[in-house]
Amino acid sequence: MTTEVGSETEVKKEPEKAEEQSPAPEQDAQAPAAEPKAEAELPCGETAPPGGDGDAQPKAASPEKERKQKEPSAGKGISRFLPPWLKRQKSQSQAEPREAEKENQEKVDEQQQPGQESAPKSPVSEAKEAPGEELKSDDKDDKHSIGSADTQPAKEEKGDESLERSADVKEKEESKCEEKKEEGETPKPDSGTEKPLLKAAKKMKTVMCHVTLLDGSQFPCEVEKRAKGHFLFFKVCEHLNLLEKDYFGLSYKDAADQKCWLDPAKEIKRQIRNSPWQFAFNVKFYPPDPSQLTEDITRYLLCLQLRQDIASGRLPCSFVTHSLLGSYTLQAELGDYDPSEHRLEYLSDFQFAPTQTKEMEEKVVELHKNHRGMTPAQADAQFLENAKKLSMYGVDLHHAKDSEGVDIMLGVCANGLLVYKDRLRINRFAWPKILKISYKRSNFYIKIRPGETEQFESSVGFKLPNHRSAKRLWKVCVEHHTFFRLVTPEQPPKARFLTLGSKFRYSGRTQAQTRQASSLIDRPAPYFERTSSKRVSRSLDGAPVVSVSDQALRGDSSVAGDKENGREPALELSSDSKSKLRVQGENIYVRHSNLMLEDLDKTQEDVLKHQASISELKRSFMESTPEPRPDQWDKRLTASPATSLRLQAQGSLEEEITSILFSKAGFCSGPARPFVSRARAAEGTVTAASLPVAMGSVEKTPPTTDGPLPDSKDIGKSAEDKQRSGTGEQAEVEIEETVVIKEVKKAPKTKDVAPEVVVGAAVAEEAKKEKEGEAEEKEDKRPGGGEASSSSDSHSESEEEAEYHPQVSSVSVDQIKEEPEEEEPKQEAPPPGADPIASAAPPRAREERGAASEGAADEEAHNGHTETRQGLVSVEEDEEEEEEEEEEEEPRLNGDVSRTETERLPQVICCSEPPVVKTEMVTISDTFAAQKTEISTKEVPIVHTETKTITYEAAQLDGAGDSEPGVLMTAQTITSESLCTTTTTHITKTLKGGLSETRIEKRIVITGDSDIDHDQALAQAIKEAKEQHPDMSVTRVVVHKETELAEEGED
Amino acid sequence: MAGLMTDFGNFTHAVVRAIPDSFAKSAQRRSGGELDVSKAQREHELYIGVLKHELGLRVLELPADESLPDCALVGDAAVVCGDTALIARPGAAARRKETEAMRNALKELNLNIVDMEDESATLDGEDVLFTGREFFVGISTRTNQRGAEILADTFKDYAVSMVPVQNGQRLKSFCSMAGPGLVAIGSSEHAQKCLKVVQQMSDHRYDKLTVPDDAAANCVYMNLPGKGHVLLHCAQEEYPESAKVSLNSTQHGTSPFPSPGGLTDLLRNLRLPQRRVPLHLNATPFPS
Repeated sequence: MTTEVGSETEVKKEPEKAEEQSPAPEQDAQAPAAEPKAEAELPCGETAPPGGDGDAQPKAASPEKERKQKEPSAGKGISRFLPPWLKRQKSQSQAEPREAEKENQEKVDEQQQPGQESAPKSPVSEAKEAPGEELKSDDKDDKHSIGSADTQPAKEEKGDESLERSADVKEKEESKCEEKKEEGETPKPDSGTEKPLLKAAKKMKTVMCHVTLLDGSQFPCEVEKRAKGHFLFFKVCEHLNLLEKDYFGLSYKDAADQKCWLDPAKEIKRQIRNSPWQFAFNVKFYPPDPSQLTEDITRYLLCLQLRQDIASGRLPCSFVTHSLLGSYTLQAELGDYDPSEHRLEYLSDFQFAPTQTKEMEEKVVELHKNHRGMTPAQADAQFLENAKKLSMYGVDLHHAKDSEGVDIMLGVCANGLLVYKDRLRINRFAWPKILKISYKRSNFYIKIRPGETEQFESSVGFKLPNHRSAKRLWKVCVEHHTFFRLVTPEQPPKARFLTLGSKFRYSGRTQAQTRQASSLIDRPAPYFERTSSKRVSRSLDGAPVVSVSDQALRGDSSVAGDKENGREPALELSSDSKSKLRVQGENIYVRHSNLMLEDLDKTQEDVLKHQASISELKRSFMESTPEPRPDQWDKRLTASPATSLRLQAQGSLEEEITSILFSKAGFCSGPARPFVSRARAAEGTVTAASLPVAMGSVEKTPPTTDGPLPDSKDIGKSAEDKQRSGTGEQAEVEIEETVVIKEVKKAPKTKDVAPEVVVGAAVAEEAKKEKEGEAEEKEDKRPGGGEASSSSDSHSESEEEAEYHPQVSSVSVDQIKEEPEEEEPKQEAPPPGADPIASAAPPRAREERGAASEGAADEEAHNGHTETRQGLVSVEEDEEEEEEEEEEEEPRLNGDVSRTETERLPQVICCSEPPVVKTEMVTISDTFAAQKTEISTKEVPIVHTETKTITYEAAQLDGAGDSEPGVLMTAQTITSESLCTTTTTHITKTLKGGLSETRIEKRIVITGDSDIDHDQALAQAIKEAKEQHPDMSVTRVVVHKETELAEEGED
Repeated sequence: MAGLMTDFGNFTHAVVRAIPDSFAKSAQRRSGGELDVSKAQREHELYIGVLKHELGLRVLELPADESLPDCALVGDAAVVCGDTALIARPGAAARRKETEAMRNALKELNLNIVDMEDESATLDGEDVLFTGREFFVGISTRTNQRGAEILADTFKDYAVSMVPVQNGQRLKSFCSMAGPGLVAIGSSEHAQKCLKVVQQMSDHRYDKLTVPDDAAANCVYMNLPGKGHVLLHCAQEEYPESAKVSLNSTQHGTSPFPSPGGLTDLLRNLRLPQRRVPLHLNATPFPS
C-alpha cells in the first residue's frame, strides 16, 4: 500500500493537479523528468534561501512519485502510440477510467441504498470501508477528483443540502477506495469500454453552493456536483444581472486558506476538493479605467470590491483619500447629506478604512456635504476615478523572497509585475519586458528582455512559500497578461509540443474583447439596489442586519469579512479561472515529451534521418581539435568564482554520469580496468592517475552527450531542442530567447556554469559481433548502421512547472500596444535555439547535483526514489546541456565550450527553462541592487559544481572512438524528487574486416541530492546493464561526477 | 471636482530660510571654490523677490541659524505633498536640527505633520522626487531605505520607488520635474542611468528634458493659480547651454520663465533651496 506512505504527499501535490486540467496520468507519465529538475533547478534556490516549505515538499513528494512511476509505464506505453494530438485525449481517457470506477461504485452504493441515501448511513459505510483511512480521504479525494476529466451532466434528484453533503462524503470515501485500488494496481481500463457505463450510471447529485456577493449577501445556488466553474459563475452573474462579467470571478478558499480563483473550465468539485461549497464573487481584473465600463452596475460592483479592498487594508490609502472615497460611498448609498437624518452616528456602520478614527468620520461627513446633487452613479464614478489612481489599485500581491532570501511582495497588475520590499517599489517589469514566465516548484521565474543598454536577457527568480503559491502566481500572471495585453487569448500550444507542466491558459475574453462585447450591450440600464447602504440604514433602523454581510462589506475587520466570504484579504493569490472555460495548452512547452512521442510516431526514416544528422554533428565535433581546451578552461576558472581547488575539494557527488560500454565477445576482458578520473569541466585536472590510454580515449570520446540535466520543464523542451539542434533543426526555438545564450557566454564573468558540463564521453569500443539486440533493453534495435535514434520523453508533472511566454503570444496574438515600452527589438538576431537556453541554464547546477545514473532501463528506480522517467535525447538534456552540449558537441574543444560552441550550435538550446540561474544572469530583484552591482551580479553564484570524470576501461581500446555513428537507442530519465536518472543508449555497429562489432554505450546520468548513494546507484546501474546484456562485456566505465560545491542550504 | 491626486495641484506657498554667514561651511556645498556668502545672500534676496512678487507666492521666511550652515537649503528639511508634511531626517547628523524650524513653519500652515521617529531612518528632502503621480526616492549617502519606507507609509496613495543614487549625490542633484510628466535630467552618465530606472519603475510615461549640465536639471516647476505653468531654473548665464535647451523645449507651456539672474553663487551652491518646500498645497484640497 503505497497509499499510506503517499497520502501526505498527495495532499500537497494533488490539489494543484486538480486545478490543472491535465489529467494526472498523463502527467505522471511525463513527469519524471520534470520533478527532479525542479529541484535541481532551483536556480533561485541558490539565490534564494530554501523556503521552509521546500524541504517538506520534496520528501513528501517522492513517495508519490514512486507510485506514479508505476503508472507511467502503462500510460507511457499507450501514449507512445498515440499521435501527439491525441495525447490530451488520451489523458482524459485515462482519467475517465477512474471516474468510471467511481461511478460504478456509486452505483453500487446506490443500489445498496435505494432511493436517497440517508446521510447517516453513508458515514457508517465509510467508516467500515475505510477504517483508519480517514486521514487519507482528503488526499484520495483529491486524487480522485483529478482523475475525472469531463463533467458528465446528468439529472439529479435534488436533495436537500445535508443530503448532498452526506452524499459527498460518501463519494469521497468511495473515491478513497478506488484510489487505493488504483494505486495498488494502477489499473488502466480502456476508456472506451467504460464510457457507456458512465453515462448510464450517472445520477448526478446537486450541491448547494453559497456565494458571497460583493455586497455581503449570500447567494445560494444549487448546482450539479459535476458542474464546472462557469456554470456557477454564470448563475451568479445572472442573479446580479451583470453583463460585463469578464472582470469578475469566483473565488474560494483552499485547504490552506488561500484564496483561489475558481477555474470556469473545470469542475467545481475538483477544484475545491474538500472545502465547503462556499464561494465569493470578486473582481478579478481591475479595469485600469473604470470609466470605460459600459454599465453602471458594473462600476457599482467594482466599487463594492474596492470598498472591501480598502477596508481590509489591501488597498492602502492616505487619510485624505480614505475620507474622500468614504464620502463618495455615502453619497452613492445614502444620497445627499441630510443634516437632520445624518448624524455622525450614521456612518459608524460604515467602514472607510482599516482603522477609522473619529477625525476621519468627520472628514467624510464634511466631504459628503460637498457632493450634494450627485447621483449614485456619479458618486460611484468619482469614487472609481480616485481609487484607480491609487498605486496599489488592482495589484494582486503575493508573498515571496528574492534571490537573497529577502522578503518581498510580487504584485501582478494590468501593466506587469511589480516588486515591493515593504512598501517600496524596488522593481517593475512591464509585460512587454517579460519574455517568459515560468515556475518550477516553489520558484517563480521571469525572463526579462534586455534593455537598450543591456546585452543580455536576464532572468529573475523568486522563491514563493510553496509550490502552490508559485503556481498561483504564475496563473495570475498568465491571466493578467492575456487579459490586459492581448487582443485575443493565446491559442493553445500546438499539438506537437506536449506540455509538461500546467496546461493552464487564460481562455476567457480579454479586456479588448470584453470592451468590444460590452459596447454592444443594448439594454436599458438595469435597476439595481445599492444594497450595502441599505444595510447600513437598516441597521440604523433597527432592522436586522446580517452580520456576515456587514462584515464583508465593511465590518471593521474587513478581514473577518473576507474570511467569511471565503477570501483572503491580505494576499490574494489568484489562480486561474476566468471567463470561458477552456483550458488550453500551457505555455510550457514540453517538448521533451513531444519529441518522444514524435519520434515514436515518426517513421523510421525520419528517425534515422534525424539521428544521422545527430551523429554527423558529433562526428564533426570529434574532428575538431581539442587544443584550446586548457585555455578555455583556465579562462573559465578565472572567471568563475569557484576555483578548481575548491571544486575538487568538495565532496558530495551530485552527479555522476556513467557510460558503460559493452563489447561483445572480442574484448571481453575484465571490465573496467583503467581508471581515469579527470576533472574535466572545471579544472581539467586529472584527479586520479590516468592511463594514457584512457586519456586518449577520453579525449576522443565523442562527446556523448548526456546532459544530465534533469530539469523538469526544460527537460522536455531541452530535449526537444537538443534533438533539433542536433538535427539541425533549430527552428522551433523561440526567437526571443536566443540571445541569451550568447550573451551569457560573453559575459566575462559568466559563472562557470560551465563546470558542469562534462560529458562523460565514453568511447565505445568495438564489439565484434553484432549483438545489438540484447543490448538494448527496451529499445528496438536499430539494425542499421549506426544511427542513433533518440527518443525522449520526459514526463513532468504539470504541476511542477510551467512556462508562459508572453511575448510569444504576442506574435501570434495581437498585443495591445498601449505602452510604448516597446518591446525592444534589441534582440539580436536570435541565434537559433538560444532562448531556451537561458532559461535552461539555471537548472543545470542543480540538476547536476543530484543525478545518479542508473545503468539501465527505465525501470530501475534508483534508490527507490526514481519515479519519473524521461527520455532524453541522446544528446543532452536540459539546460545544463547547453553547456554540456557545447562541450559535448565539441568534445575536443572542451575548454571553449561555452562561448564558441554556442555560437556554432546555436540550436542546442534547451528549451524551457526557467531561468537562469546558472546562466549567469543574476537575479535582480531590485533595480537598486542591479544597478549598484552589476558586476557582482554576474558573479552571482550559483551553485558551483565540481566535475570529475572517471573512466574505467577494459584494456583494449580501439580507436574506436572513432565514432561511428552511434545509435542512440534509448534515452530515459527517471526522476524523483531527489534523484534523476537518465539513461542513454548508443549502439554502434561496425563492420571491420568481416567482423561486425556492436558497441553499446550507455550513458547514465544520475542526478540527485546528496543523500543519494552514488556508489550504490552506480553499482546498480552497472549491474543492471550487465544483466541486460549478458553476452557483452563491459569495456569501459566512465564516471563523471559533478558536485555542487556551494550551498547546501538549498537542499 | 478635481480629485486628490491631480498632479501637482497649485502652488501657493514657499518656505525659504535666510543664508547664515556660516554658509561658507556648508556641508552640502559641491563646488570647490571660495564662496562669496554675501553674494549668495544677495541672490537669495532676489530669489525671494521673484517668489513673492513675480510669482505671487506667499513666502514664509525663516531666520538663519548660524549654527546650521546649511539651513538655507530648506528642500532637505521636509517633504510636502497634499496636506501632509513629512519632516525629514537628514543624513548628515549636523543638519537634523534644521528641521525644527521647518516643522514649526509647516505646522502653522495647518499641514499634517509626520515625523520620522525611527532613529535608523535618514531622508534628505532632495532625494525625493515627486512627479505628480508618484514618488521616487534616491537611495544615497544621505537617504536610506528605512527613510524611504517611512515616506511610503506617509504618502500611501502613491507608489514610492527606490532609485539608487551614487557619487555622493542626491536624486535632485541632477533631476527634477520641469512640468507635468516632464523630467529634467542631466546628461551625465549617472543621471541618465537614474532616469532609466525611473522610467522602468514607473507605470507612467515621462518625457525627459535633458540638459547638458546636471546641476541645471535642478529646477522648480510650479503650477501657479493665475500664472499657469512656471519653471524656475538656473540663470542663463550660469548654464547657458542648459538654459537654451529648456527654453526651447518648453512644450509644456511653461509660460513665464522667471530666470532670476544673478543667482549664480546661490544656485551653484544651493541648488535651489526652496525645492521641496514650495508646497504642493492643493488650493482646494478636497473637491467641492
